[in-house]
Amino acid sequence: MSGAGDRLGPTLFEMSRPGRGGGKIPHPPKDSLARIPADRLRAQGPRLPEVSEPELARHYVRLSQLNYSVDTGFYPLGSCTMKYNPKIDEWAARLPGFAALHPLAPDELAQGTLQLLWELEQALAEIGGMKAVTLQPAAGAQGELTGILMVRAYHHSRGDFERTEVLVPDSAHGTNPATASMAGFSTVTIPSAPDGGVDIAAFTAALGPRTAAVMITNPSTLGLFESGLRELLEAVHAVGALAYMDGANLNAIMGRFKPGEAGFDVMHFNVHKTFATPHGGGGPGAGPVGVGEKLMPFLPSPRVLRESDGKFRLERPGERPHSIGRMRAFAGNTGVLVRAYAYIRAHGAQGLREVSDDAVLAANYLKTRLAGILDVPFERHCMHEFVASAATLKSETGIRTLDVAKRLIDYGFHPPTIYFPLTVEEALLIEPTETEALETLDAFVEALRSIVAEAHDDPELLHSAPHETPVRRLDETTAARQPNLRWRAMTGSQTPCPD
Amino acid sequence: MAYGPHTPEDRASMLAAIGVASVDDLFADIPPSLRASRLELPEPESEVELSDRLRALADRNRVDLVSFLGAGAYRHFVPAVVDQLLLRGEFYTAYTPYQPEISQGTLQTIYEYQSLLAELTGLDVVSASHYDGATATAEGALMACRATRRQRILISRGVHPHYRQTVCTYFGGASLEADEIPLVADGPAAGTTDLAALERMLADSDRPVAGVVVANPSFLGLLEPMAEIGSVAHAAGALFVSVVEPVSLAVLASPGEYGADIAAGEGQSLGIPLAFGGPYLGILACREALVRQIPGRLIGMTSDVDGRRAFVMTLRAREQDIRREKASSNICTNQALCALAAAIYLASIGPHGLRDVAALGAARAAELERALAEAGAPRLHPGPYLNEFAVRVPNAGEVHRRLLDRGVLAGLPLARIEPADPMLADALLVCATEVTKPTEIALFGRALGDEIERGRQLSLEGLGGGRPTGSTGRSAGEAAR
Repeated sequence: MSGAGDRLGPTLFEMSRPGRGGGKIPHPPKDSLARIPADRLRAQGPRLPEVSEPELARHYVRLSQLNYSVDTGFYPLGSCTMKYNPKIDEWAARLPGFAALHPLAPDELAQGTLQLLWELEQALAEIGGMKAVTLQPAAGAQGELTGILMVRAYHHSRGDFERTEVLVPDSAHGTNPATASMAGFSTVTIPSAPDGGVDIAAFTAALGPRTAAVMITNPSTLGLFESGLRELLEAVHAVGALAYMDGANLNAIMGRFKPGEAGFDVMHFNVHKTFATPHGGGGPGAGPVGVGEKLMPFLPSPRVLRESDGKFRLERPGERPHSIGRMRAFAGNTGVLVRAYAYIRAHGAQGLREVSDDAVLAANYLKTRLAGILDVPFERHCMHEFVASAATLKSETGIRTLDVAKRLIDYGFHPPTIYFPLTVEEALLIEPTETEALETLDAFVEALRSIVAEAHDDPELLHSAPHETPVRRLDETTAARQPNLRWRAMTGSQTPCPD
Repeated sequence: MAYGPHTPEDRASMLAAIGVASVDDLFADIPPSLRASRLELPEPESEVELSDRLRALADRNRVDLVSFLGAGAYRHFVPAVVDQLLLRGEFYTAYTPYQPEISQGTLQTIYEYQSLLAELTGLDVVSASHYDGATATAEGALMACRATRRQRILISRGVHPHYRQTVCTYFGGASLEADEIPLVADGPAAGTTDLAALERMLADSDRPVAGVVVANPSFLGLLEPMAEIGSVAHAAGALFVSVVEPVSLAVLASPGEYGADIAAGEGQSLGIPLAFGGPYLGILACREALVRQIPGRLIGMTSDVDGRRAFVMTLRAREQDIRREKASSNICTNQALCALAAAIYLASIGPHGLRDVAALGAARAAELERALAEAGAPRLHPGPYLNEFAVRVPNAGEVHRRLLDRGVLAGLPLARIEPADPMLADALLVCATEVTKPTEIALFGRALGDEIERGRQLSLEGLGGGRPTGSTGRSAGEAAR
């Protein structure tokens, strides 16, 4: 292993020197721990680094500068909706009244947050055309698990224990089949139709008395609206199964399509996509779940309730006997939900509809402009994202999607999602979102045009890309074969002195 | 639209390039029968109106009371540097580091998080990250089932009730069994996990146990005999899953020291605001031998093609986007920014600072124990604790409510969270941390003494159980002085 690169700088552990830092916490009395039996105490203190605050600040600022982010540039990562995160939402979540509220504070001390959560539930139910919403799930994947566990509870409540299968199209996010497994179902993967959409005939043929649910992403992971939905949902309900909508792509359809009205029984929302809560380098998000009438009794507890006197409260333990129970501790990722609420209030109905309109407009504009540059396999209008492919480029030049993506980094762009959906060869899933200016979209098109030219003229330039980054392509094989997952003990001058 | 950059001219030129007359044409794929009814939401608000609304809502919450409430979420001092650095847009507006060349910042900070938590837990593998302590515990229990190919876990009733309920939800889905280990009813070990009962439950050879899950400190604040529990679990071929509180690990024996195979816990106390329950930080760690069973992101150190140090997501074959239905979990988005907060917090207060946080909390808790005992509320259990404990208070729910009027949030009435447990009927769970002031302890002691005395008088007069008749007239502001 080499030492720190020129631009990465040392780890916290390499920076540590005994005696640095401190001064944040008053010293406790010497005998504070004397009442605790010695065998319950730690033999050796944790070897944490000792770093002064100025060094600490520089360390993290320097590391932050090695990141690409929405605040630094265009991030067309398909399926992830990397839109601008409004700053007022960050301010709001940090208001002491929200941030310092204990999750087990009595209801009378928590009326502001409870009201906000209740109003957010109402707004999401309206946007999704659903009867009720739980805000408890911590992320989209946990929302999926919540939804599928409710499906299971619903069938069991009817004495129906024969339904062991969940049907998922092959273009689905990996979380769908992984969720079905976690909820005790087996996954039946249905191949897509030639146009990339759900194959209604194949789905219908696979439906039966063993089907618990189908999970559909609409718009699909190819960015296409599933226009045969009505037929599909009728077939699903005709065999007694339920329909789950993965709401990952809701950013395309607000105000134009309400999943509950169309017949979906349950859906999740990704607030860190559609409602602009920041992605945080991999979270936190929140994954509220909306349900129709049939699944309401099974919603996780606790729900937020409004009493007849206008006061709000959380459900008490055991208050709703058919609930699937708790998905996590406490009420939910409230700090994230405050941001989502602020976003929805800033927009209103008309604003959210414009969000979707502009997201779809930007995606179709990019798709049109890229049509002569990369393969754009599906000729219909797309929704908020579309799949391009480097298959032709690969056959002509040997340049793969991965190389195009890495070269885009040199041009100052975050690459799109690559090799997903799995159903498209050499896929690039491109989602511009509604918050990118026309100049940015045009610059992205020109970058791809140059890269395709380079692929023909100087392919080595792409094979070895990126060139301008703090590090270049990584040795992922060694990382997996001989995992180094932690800094091994600080040595010599770095070790903290005993207390 | 509030945050959109497009002028009417921009939109017109985009429509022209696409070759459609209006944006409605782009939605032609939505069949008329599926089109939405009109979206009805409150009118949009400018930032002036919105900020007023948000401030008013925040102000409807009461966070000014003197608080002794913990029970799984703790008030701690957070150095200002933590939030200042978290506000770097380069951190909080990035996503999962799929492209390592432009994500080394996130990747190195997560690697450092893994390393810091490895030091605290004494376990070599730390995943980054899970939703909260409850889901991390559930994932830890599921891991034990996968690793042992057994279908049943035993979980102590000393584990937080929300965690047990979450485990129950997850296990119900997977058709696995989770049985509860009772607590000792009385004597010197009262309130801790019943070792004899555990041994009996482990002896059932028809239902072999995958994992034994015990929290230290327990939900009731007590220190459990972790080394003994671990030996008993291992003797039966089960894994030992320890539920931990990371600040306590500055001073308490670590999972690695007492032989745990897996540690799960809530990382909120490491610099993360209370925020009514989240976003928090699910900690999950394990011994090296279990590395391929652990769910969640793992960051490894490697090198780039030029031989320079670099960091990358690794062992990805465990994850849902690669393995789909065979993945170790469906987790995708996690709590990465909260893991970053925890790392900055630990780096900013350092090893001695963390020890001081834990020890000062313990010292304040001992003062609190004395003050409450003098007020007539003795501890419910005799065993050792760190900074949280239960006290017996007659008519605890009513007293708790009356103390709110005196500006004191007197911990948690245990009957509110465990209504079915008669042992916890008249008890408050209280905690102290490094931010608890001696004057606050004195105020709580005085107010509680008054209320207990009042209750005694009422019951002597045969009027017990009455509703409060109103505030004592002292405001929270006065009370806190």
